Amino acid sequence: MSWKPVLESAGLDAWIVRMFASIDERNVSWLSALARRCEEAFGDALVDLVPSYTTLLVVFDPLNVSPSQARAIICETLAGLEPEETAHEGEVHELPTWYDISVGPELQRVAEGAGMAVSEVVEAHSQRTYKVFALGFAPGFAFMGLVDPRLECARLDTPRKRVPAGSVALAGLQTAAYPTETPGGWNLLGRTSARLFDREREGFSLLRVGDRVRFVPVSREVFEREGGNTTPLEPIT
Amino acid sequence: MTQHNSLEADIRVLRAGPLALLQDSGRFGVRHLGVTQGGPADIYSWAWANHLTGNPWGTANLEVTFGGLKLIAVRDLEIAITGADLGATIEHKPVALWQRTRWKAGDTLTFAAPVSGLRAYLAVCGGFAAEPVLGSVACVTREELGGFEGNGAKLATGDELSVNRSGPGQQLANAPTEAPKNALPDFSQPAVLDLLPGAQIASFTGRSLFDAFNTWWQVDDRADRMGVRLIGPRLNCKINTLISEGISLGSIQVPPDGQPIVLLNDRQTIGGYPRLGALSPLSASRLAQCLPREPVRLIARGSDAVLKEHRRFRAVFHSESV
Repeated sequence: MSWKPVLESAGLDAWIVRMFASIDERNVSWLSALARRCEEAFGDALVDLVPSYTTLLVVFDPLNVSPSQARAIICETLAGLEPEETAHEGEVHELPTWYDISVGPELQRVAEGAGMAVSEVVEAHSQRTYKVFALGFAPGFAFMGLVDPRLECARLDTPRKRVPAGSVALAGLQTAAYPTETPGGWNLLGRTSARLFDREREGFSLLRVGDRVRFVPVSREVFEREGGNTTPLEPIT
Repeated sequence: MTQHNSLEADIRVLRAGPLALLQDSGRFGVRHLGVTQGGPADIYSWAWANHLTGNPWGTANLEVTFGGLKLIAVRDLEIAITGADLGATIEHKPVALWQRTRWKAGDTLTFAAPVSGLRAYLAVCGGFAAEPVLGSVACVTREELGGFEGNGAKLATGDELSVNRSGPGQQLANAPTEAPKNALPDFSQPAVLDLLPGAQIASFTGRSLFDAFNTWWQVDDRADRMGVRLIGPRLNCKINTLISEGISLGSIQVPPDGQPIVLLNDRQTIGGYPRLGALSPLSASRLAQCLPREPVRLIARGSDAVLKEHRRFRAVFHSESV
């Protein structure tokens, strides 16, 4: 690590551990290792851990430990920290995805921006294995990257009021799939039949920070058979 | 249909009003999945409502925002209403706030409109009965989690609510019947909010830091359980946006328009705007009682003094529960 971790106060019950200056797939193994060691070190005094691209938010119970005690605990866990080995890296998930203009209206926009055919966009997007950098925005919403730089595409000027659940999307160099219907401004490329957030499932969210994800192109028939919703997208109003 | 529907109705909702939500202390241990904290926007008043009805810390009670709610009791209930004065009446007689009250079967309990404060808490001896979702009944409409139905729905006219008959909380003998005078907040006074400086505070200009702590900020009408926007002088930060990171309760973020937003219980779990720091939990609660256009002031405090106050607040509710 060429960057020295910095602790910043995040209030009476939290510290932000700033581990890195920029986004990198290799950050995750360090952040996961730190999260694991914080779990052990804080025990019952730990309330929540929120890993993101370059940081870990450590939320503790201030009735149990004071902010300065928590700071000391975190500093101890940072000393001699080693990244988790690749063998312990997150699961690989394959998300069956129906790439189609009717459910992915921005395929055209991304293709034009890249100077590519729509089929080439689909190939470029589905070829890579992505890393989950962070979960947020909505339960189970995973920010993944990095996509082929040729596909880089800014968010929509006007976000959609409703993006259907399962929508596979692109913004900047990141990609994601919407677990539930929410508003959203990302470019839609298609739709997955995978259930990304399920309150009945052990662990609730299909994807976790550090997991790896591949979007696997499937036909409309397979998508429908897997329970995918083929309702075309409404135009932006 | 969730389990509570098979239970007997103890309370019927005659008119739901704009926003009434079931809240326990919040949803914890799942924030890394993008699931927000939820829980009472004013944890101070919420805790006192439980305490006065003999309910242990964490028991679910009802957060009534703005008023408009009308309920009828099916059986005799022991209740307490704390927090905002929303002009609550039982059969047209004012209900004394911050103390225990008998609510008789067949009587209607009505919340009118804010007299002072914004959110009232209605606790019932035994606590409201609902099935937890992801470990909590805290109702978060945006995430469709929690509440009486488990799907994040706010109270609706015609709903029937159940109360636990034999909760661990029914220890009325040990519970105080009213809050001491010095425990009552005065929401008619302008709010002075404790800010623990942190995060990107050093990246704001000197002028902006002076303005941040020497301005009577005005609460905007863009205010809800996710966050409260403050209107005042434009705060300038050398950083425009950050790589998104976890954000804690009470964090004050400043987007490029320079108008701060204080993030409350239903905030998104990560965000990318620079922050001045975070309000103390009790100050976040105080802010949640402010109506649009009310003035608030920020003061910078060290964590030692704030921690002492926080622990004193919590000690009231834990002496009898261990």
